[in-house]
Amino acid sequence: MISVEHLTKQYGSFTAVDNVSFTAATGRVTGFLGPNGAGKSTTMRIMVGLTRPGSGRVTITGRDYRELVNPGLEVGVLLDASAQHAGRTGREILAIAAQTMGLPKSRVAETLARVGLTESEAERRVRNYSLGMRQRLGIATALIGDPQVLILDEPANGLDPAGIRWMRDLLRGFADEGGTVLLSSHLLHEIEVIADDIVVIGQGRIVAQGSKTELLAAAGTLVRTADVDRLARALHEAAVVTTPVDGGLRVDADPELVGATAQRAGVVLRELRPADGAGLEEMFLELTAQTSRDETAPEGAAA
Amino acid sequence: MSTSTSTATRTPDHTAGHTAGHTAGHTAGPHPAPGVARASAGAPRPARAVRPIPTTRLVGVELRKMFDTRAGFWLMASVGIVAVLASAAVILWAPDEAITLETFASAMGMPLSVVLPIIAILSVTSEYSQRTGLTTFTLVPWRGRVVAAKLVVAVAIGVAGMALALAVGVVGNLLASAVTGLDPVWDVSALEFGRIVLANVLGMLIGFTLGVLFRSSAGAVVGYFVYSLVLPGAFAALAAFQEWFRDLQPWVDVNYAITGLFNDTVTAEQWQHLGVTTLVWLWIPLALGLRAVLRAEVK
Repeated sequence: MISVEHLTKQYGSFTAVDNVSFTAATGRVTGFLGPNGAGKSTTMRIMVGLTRPGSGRVTITGRDYRELVNPGLEVGVLLDASAQHAGRTGREILAIAAQTMGLPKSRVAETLARVGLTESEAERRVRNYSLGMRQRLGIATALIGDPQVLILDEPANGLDPAGIRWMRDLLRGFADEGGTVLLSSHLLHEIEVIADDIVVIGQGRIVAQGSKTELLAAAGTLVRTADVDRLARALHEAAVVTTPVDGGLRVDADPELVGATAQRAGVVLRELRPADGAGLEEMFLELTAQTSRDETAPEGAAA
Repeated sequence: MSTSTSTATRTPDHTAGHTAGHTAGHTAGPHPAPGVARASAGAPRPARAVRPIPTTRLVGVELRKMFDTRAGFWLMASVGIVAVLASAAVILWAPDEAITLETFASAMGMPLSVVLPIIAILSVTSEYSQRTGLTTFTLVPWRGRVVAAKLVVAVAIGVAGMALALAVGVVGNLLASAVTGLDPVWDVSALEFGRIVLANVLGMLIGFTLGVLFRSSAGAVVGYFVYSLVLPGAFAALAAFQEWFRDLQPWVDVNYAITGLFNDTVTAEQWQHLGVTTLVWLWIPLALGLRAVLRAEVK
């Protein structure tokens, strides 16, 4: 189990991680979802002691990461598949990890097979690896110590659909055997495919967390119309909460009530349907949009 | 919108059992075979022995990392190559009366004083430039132990490299004497050789210091050339043109102090010069650099 408690990290006046608390439960795959720059990687680096937190703490199976006497045997970590010496072969990188952990040499070949890297691929230098092969090698480094906990930052990045499916099965099996998995992604789809629980982070703050079923089944109605303002006003008069979405509204009410309200207000509807997890998707899109605006603003100012 | 994490299907936390295994691990037997310790679906896994990482293993890993890339391998090989080339040059071009062991030592000294510090620099900076530190410092979160292992390896390579160079020099001297028909001249005493090794190890430590301070291969290598090529000239010029600096130079110029180790005799005052200048140029910056390595974020 990974427990993150009130984690905060500031860089100057910029708050990268803002009072983040969540739990990744044993036997579950927890997806850590957020747009690029939301604070996922910083949170994960803090978890494994690469970055000092400003305040708050992380415990892994009840202990601080630095209290683990041989962390590789307890926590498998993949933070960046590209962070490998380009001049080493895949096998050598895995052999170094095995030697550090004190594992027998035979584990290298076993683990290479487990992540689907062939003997000839393992003999190639990492500079000649595709991103997908680097991800497999990184996952091999995380798995080789047979840990109980996996912390993976964007592990599906660069994998093809078959690769993503392979990873889903691998992580599923790992969790079913009593392991804890925390993986991050900036793609809702990847998280939906792989995770049991979802933690959504945006601009350093946790904005939603829960089981995938709960979050995706969020109640509500999606309605689209040419006259959004009038419908919104009518719904507000009916004391219903609305959230603007692209060309329409997400409404915290059932479709029948929305339809009736629209009829009374004389608004023509284009689309009216249950939201079906659109809440999460819209929220995520909104987060992404905010972040991309934030990213372009300073560049424009600097130009 | 925010909902609490579902707990319905969670398995119980296995902290207690795990901690027991962790404690037992310091004394318990061999590591269980992979996969054997795994429990059935959803159940907490049984405790297993986890033993601490011994420092000897870290030294072994760091030594391995010096040789396991093409660039690293050839850099290490270059110690031997440089020694052989320098010896060959002496045999080919030195006048007969100059064929002494000291000539061989001097010929190798200059190139080795560049190669060895670069080995020391890259042993640190490659973790940052190649970003392998992300894995290294995750597997071994006590960075001080990793850096200490690197330091041990760098110094050991320096000493071994000098021993190799000595062996090549001895062979060269014998060969050259055979060619000239004169008796070989052994004019480097064990004590003198010891001081030459010390000078080179100090040079490596300065490289290592630049490595931990810059944590970037390019920055540290440029820093080393500024230190070894620009600073001596600057201090020499200052001493030549400024009266007040002339007596001060030995106390300020660390190159000057280290170069003194190559002399036939080294006075007590020269050792004091070495102590003072290395304190300022080596030991304090090294301490600051190590502190930075321990504290800095690894990205």
